[in-house]
Order: sequence, then structure tokens, then C-alpha cells
Amino acid sequence: MLAFLVSSIRLGMAFLFGSTGETITEKSGHLNLGIPGVMCVGASCGCFAEYLYLSEAGPNANYFLAVFIPIIATMLGGAVMGLIFSFLTVTLRANQNVTGLVLTTFGVGVSDYMIAETGAVYSKGSRFFTSSFPFAEDLGWFGEIFLSHGILIYLAIIIALVSSFVLTKTRVGLNLRAVGENPATADAAGINVSRYRYAATCIGCAIAGLGGLSFIMDYLNGNWEYCIDAIGWLAIALVIFTVWKPSVAIIGSIIFGALYIASSYITGVSFASKEIFKMLPYVVTIIVLVFTSIRNKRENQPPQSLGLSYFREER
Amino acid sequence: MAETAAIELKNISKYFGGKAANKNVNLSINTGEILSILGENGSGKTTLMNMIAGIYFPDEGQIFIDGKAVVIRSPKDAFKYKIGMIHQHFKLVDVFSATENIILGIENKEKYDLKAAAEKVKEICERYGFDIDPMKKIHEMSVSEKQTVEIIKVLYRGADILILDEPTAVLTPQETQKLFNVLRKMRDDGKSIIIITHKLHEVLSLSDKVAVLRKGEYVGTINTAEADESILTEMMVGKKVSLNIDRSEPENCEERLVIKNLNCVDREGVKVLNDVSFTAYSGEILGIAGIAGSGQRELLEAIAGLQKVNEGEILYNNPKTGECDNLRDKTPMQIRDLGVRLSFVPEDRLGMGLVGNMDIIDNMMLRSYRKGHSMFLERKGPRDLAEKIIKDLEVVTPDAKTPVRRLSGGNIQKILVGREIAAAPTVLMAAYPVRGLDIGASYTIYNLLNKQKEKGVAVIFVGEDLDVLIELCDRIIVIGSGSITGTVDARTATKEEIGLLMTKSAAHGGEAE
Repeated sequence: MLAFLVSSIRLGMAFLFGSTGETITEKSGHLNLGIPGVMCVGASCGCFAEYLYLSEAGPNANYFLAVFIPIIATMLGGAVMGLIFSFLTVTLRANQNVTGLVLTTFGVGVSDYMIAETGAVYSKGSRFFTSSFPFAEDLGWFGEIFLSHGILIYLAIIIALVSSFVLTKTRVGLNLRAVGENPATADAAGINVSRYRYAATCIGCAIAGLGGLSFIMDYLNGNWEYCIDAIGWLAIALVIFTVWKPSVAIIGSIIFGALYIASSYITGVSFASKEIFKMLPYVVTIIVLVFTSIRNKRENQPPQSLGLSYFREER
Repeated sequence: MAETAAIELKNISKYFGGKAANKNVNLSINTGEILSILGENGSGKTTLMNMIAGIYFPDEGQIFIDGKAVVIRSPKDAFKYKIGMIHQHFKLVDVFSATENIILGIENKEKYDLKAAAEKVKEICERYGFDIDPMKKIHEMSVSEKQTVEIIKVLYRGADILILDEPTAVLTPQETQKLFNVLRKMRDDGKSIIIITHKLHEVLSLSDKVAVLRKGEYVGTINTAEADESILTEMMVGKKVSLNIDRSEPENCEERLVIKNLNCVDREGVKVLNDVSFTAYSGEILGIAGIAGSGQRELLEAIAGLQKVNEGEILYNNPKTGECDNLRDKTPMQIRDLGVRLSFVPEDRLGMGLVGNMDIIDNMMLRSYRKGHSMFLERKGPRDLAEKIIKDLEVVTPDAKTPVRRLSGGNIQKILVGREIAAAPTVLMAAYPVRGLDIGASYTIYNLLNKQKEKGVAVIFVGEDLDVLIELCDRIIVIGSGSITGTVDARTATKEEIGLLMTKSAAHGGEAE
């Protein structure tokens, strides 16, 4: 049971990065369906950076650098994807759904190449990401659940909390939400809609990219054998599940993680029915959508101009 | 005058594509004064105000604030000169509270503090007698509360000159009274207020001065004390212009469409049609006059089956079968098949009726695709029709395969009207079919409508130019705030008569002082 919970948390945090990033992006009115691709690219950049650093440093690898370099590389990779998305949709006025799907296909391709190129085993690098407080083991179940994790797990929670604070309690957050709800109003109030959309999308993608890195380095212990785009789709579903609130997503992501791996911890489940269990997060998302739609509370609806491009009327 | 005007416009002109929206306008308003800008639709009131608010930039002329020449290039500049505009369409974020909307976009160094902002909002409310909960969400508010938020938003930013674009259009008489009281308080507090309206009784009860615009031109400013309704109406509509539209006497008139006590509400629950009753005869052009947004669109859509009817009947006497149908129970498709045709030309032209990216032939097929018998499209009929319309109506287009959106406005309208006429309707409704057209194209449309009338079609023509309505139509019903305020014989009516009916609102004309 304990192992199940710990695994749920480790998997869930990969979702949390993705959904926090996507929530920030969606709050600006951008529906970025490229998140799976962004996570693939982010993970590829991070893993490749780690691969390069470790082969350079050899046995003298320093913990701080071995963690810091991949994180920066991942965020840069994600941000570049966000930049592409924003450039296409804001500047060139391309359709957001189409652009997002294109980025997903692109990202999957990049990661497949990475797996083939570097041999897919990053277990050497993974050590740095899974190592935790040395005293965690002495504290029994408490230590196991709260203190046994790698750095990315804590980073995910910190980022989610900070995002939640920025979105609800600061002027920047207010402006950003206004841009996503009603860009014409925001524009009239003197807010630079394009700049906010660019920034939110790039930051969001940088955070989402970390989800890919977390999944590979932490949850899979560096054994990257299959494509991870499913994690991205779950992250997008998680955004809906948590009604666009990063703080709720902390719990939501653990629930998603638990549902996703539940089948492995229940004995006597056939291989085929395992796949049914993996559907559960999506089913739960549909149920949440049904409930929020029935209650029709305006606070729980997506940003009003989500997915719509904004052009100031020219005349 | 000893004191300098708070804001003064000198010889302001603005052109859109060679057409003057404003020409040589001179205005001035002092501190602590309410100025009304009066004019019909399209007379350039809003354009003029947008130039003060920094949304448009004047092509000619100069704006002075407190006697100094200024250049206002953006809403931010306007704010710098303490000018605030309350637009007709509210610019508010629905899921935000009043306070959040009010402070949105304000750049200052002080800490982001909603509580302090809410306190300041309350202060403004108390000072001017607004009644609003600063923490209430916009989507829970009534229209008048939303407007209040817009006004507070401007005051919060420290505006001294307030411009209100038709603020009473969406308000009930009681709410209007409340708004006027607040405006008077603001005036006494030393603010300058400019209010755009076309309701005469409001002008007379509220303002100190009235400036009148007509078709973009500045007619003059008079003190309200010296004005009455007939002086203002004459300034507003001007002298009659003769247009020489051929008009035949109506023949073989039968009751074609009988509307009885029609009531409709729009999506926000606001009543848009109030006990509307009239009869449209065959072989006659029935004009509908009124300020834009008085319910004309809803009326036509209700007849066409596109607008939900809450009460009332729309009876249609079918000339083929002699039966009488209630259109209220029919789908838009059935209504169309009965021969009731709507050629609706909305403000954005392509909004209803035509698909911009499709070519002329395909747009013809939008009305006929159900007639096909095989699984493949039958393009020959529509192509012939498209070519006939291009020839008969002199549509300027490279060929029938050009996407409609690439044509000029007038040609788009010709295609739309042409297609509806081709279906040999028994009732033809045309809303603003000549809006934006040049003289030649307009006459083509008038002739088309006249031909339909001679064929025995009941034509309903919604127009905005009173000269055209008087010369084209046989009878004119005047609609104001969703109610019919009068029916006149177009052959004997005068523009002043119709103008007065338009600005009067039958339901509550007497209540506002």
C-alpha cells in the first residue's frame, strides 16, 4: 500500500508539471494541444543534456550540476516549443488546435529519435533525480511518503503553489486571466494581449517540459523505452479535472497517478483489463465535465475565449 | 466667454474610405455641464466621441483641453487628459468581481490590494449615489449594474470628462432616472459630461446644451432652455430631399401576413418586442422605420422563425391554398417553403445569408441543395441562376466562381437580394438592403423591390433613411423600443412626423419627467 502511494505521487507529479503549465497557458486563452509534444521535447532536451554532462564529467559528476543542467535544458526546450506555438497562433494567426496537434506529432518524433540515438538508458543520470533526504528511511511511513522523493517532486508542488498564488493574488495574474477571458476588454484596459499570451505560453511550456523529465528520470528511473505522449494527454485531462486550478491539481495529479497504476497493484488482473484501468483518469475527467456543466457555475468554466485568437479590430 | 472650455473641438473631420463620417464639427463643453449629442443613426455621433476617447484619430481639425491643443492617439492618451468613455457595449470580464474589473490594467507602483481598492470603490459610490456591491461578480449583475461598474471604472481612474454612448438604450425608465440623478450629481461636482442619445425627452430633461449632428455634419448647438421637441427634430432630420423613386399604386391588396400581439425577449431576458401588431398586404411595400436596435431585427427574425416568440400570433394567408397558417408553430425551413423570404443584411453583411469563402454558385446552392435527387451535387441550375443574377443585377465580379467575400458590399447585397427574389417569394423581407451602397446600386435594389411589389409580393422594408422610406414605401410603421409607436401613410407623411414617432417610446414616453 505504501509503495502504491509513493508510486502514485511520483507518477502524479509528472502530470502536475504538465497540468500547471497547461493551466497557465490556457488562462491566457491559448488551448495548447501540443503539451504531449512539449513534454517529449522537454524530456529529450533534459536527457540529452544529462547524457552530455555525464559523459563529460565522468565519475566526478557533481549533484548540483547533474540536476541543474538537465532542468535548465528541459525548460529551454519547452519554452522554444511555446515560442513556436505563440509565433504561429499570435503572430501568424494560425488555428490553435491545428498548431497544437502539429507540435505533438513533432515532439513525439523528436523523442523517438532521442531514444534511438542515445540508447534510451539514463539510469546513471536518474540516480541524481531520485536521491533524497538521507534521513527519510529512519522516519517510517511518514518519511516514506513525504521525504523519500527526488528534487523534481518537490519542485512540482512548489511551482503549482506559486502559480496558484500568482494567478489569484497578483496584478499579473489578474491581467493574465482578463486576457484569457475577454481579450478585447483587456486590450481596452491597456494590457498588451500579445505579450501576455507569448509569455504565458512559453512559461507554461517550460514547466510542462519538466513533466516529461520527471516521468523519465524519476518515475521510470531513466529507462526510456516507449513514447510518453500519453502523459501529456493525461496532463491536459487533469487541467479539466481540476477546473483550471493548479492548487487543486496537486491532489488531482496524485489521484490520476493512482488510477493510472492501480491495475499493477491489484492481483489477478489480466493484461487486457489493465488497459481498461488506464482509461480511468479519462472517465473521471468526463464525469467531472458532466458535473461542472450541470452545475454551470461560471467560476468552474474554462476561460471564455479559450482557443480563440484575438485581433484588434482594424478600421 | 470668460472661462475656457473643458474640452473644445474645432473643425474636426473624419473620413472612412473617402466618405465623411464627421465634417467640420465644432463643439465645446465647460466644466460642470452636461452636453447631449443628438442625431439619427449614422450621423457620426459615436465616431466623433471615439475621436475624443482616442479610438480614432481625426483627419482634420484640433482638439483643445482647458484651452490647450492636444493630440489624443490612444485610449491611454485620453486617460491622461482625464477623459473616460463608457461604451455602448460593456467591456467587462464576466467572471471577475466589480472591483477586479475596475482596477484591471491600472499600472501603479502600489501594492496589489483588492480590499483597499474595494474601499475606494465604495467611497466613489457614496459620493455619487451609486448602489453596488464591489465584490459581486459581473455575470451575476443586471445590465444597469454593469453600466454602473463601467462608470465607476472611469471615475476610479480620475476622469473629469465623461462620455456616455447611448447609456439609456438598455435601461428601464426607473434605472434611467437613477442614472440621470447620478449624472446630475457628477455635474454639480464639476465633471463635464457628454451623453449621446436620440431620445428627445431625455435630452430636454437632462442636458444643459444640445449639439445636433446630421449625416456627419454639424448642425449646431443650442441651449436646452431654448429648445423644444419640434426644434430638435427639425435639426435632426433636416429638410426633405427628393429622390424620384418610381412608385406605383398598390394593386390587389390582400392580407398576407397578420401579426397579432407579438412579444419577444432576447437572450439576456430583456423584452425586445412588446405587443407588436400589424398587417402586411400583398402588392404593397410596408416600411419599418425606427432607431437601430428598436426591435426591427427581432421582428423579422420572429417572422422567419429564427427568434423565439413568447406570445402572439403570426398568421400567414397562403395565396395558393387559401389556408391560414400560424408561422409560430413552423420551422424556419417550412416558413421558407411557404414563400416567406428573409433577405437580411446585417451590419457585417456576410453574417447571415451568405458564406464568404464560397463562390456565388455555391451560395446559390445553399438554398437549393435539398432539391437534388442524386447523391452528387447538381450544379447546373445554381450556375445558371448565378449567371442570371450577375447579368440582371449588374454584379461586378470576375466570374461566378469568385468567393463572395472578395466582392464589394453592394455586389454582395445584390446577390443576396437576387437569390431570395429568384425563389418567387410571397413575402419578401429586406433589412437595410441599401446600407453602404452608392446611389446607383441603391436604385437597382429599389427597382427590384418595386418589381416584386407589382408582382403581388408583400414586401417589408426595414430602412434607416427617412427620405427613402417616404418615397419607396406605401405605408410606414414606426417602431420605438420594441413597440409600434405609429403607422403613417408614406404618401402624406413628413420626416418630422416620423422622426417624432421614432424618438417617442410608446410604453413609457410619459414617465421620464
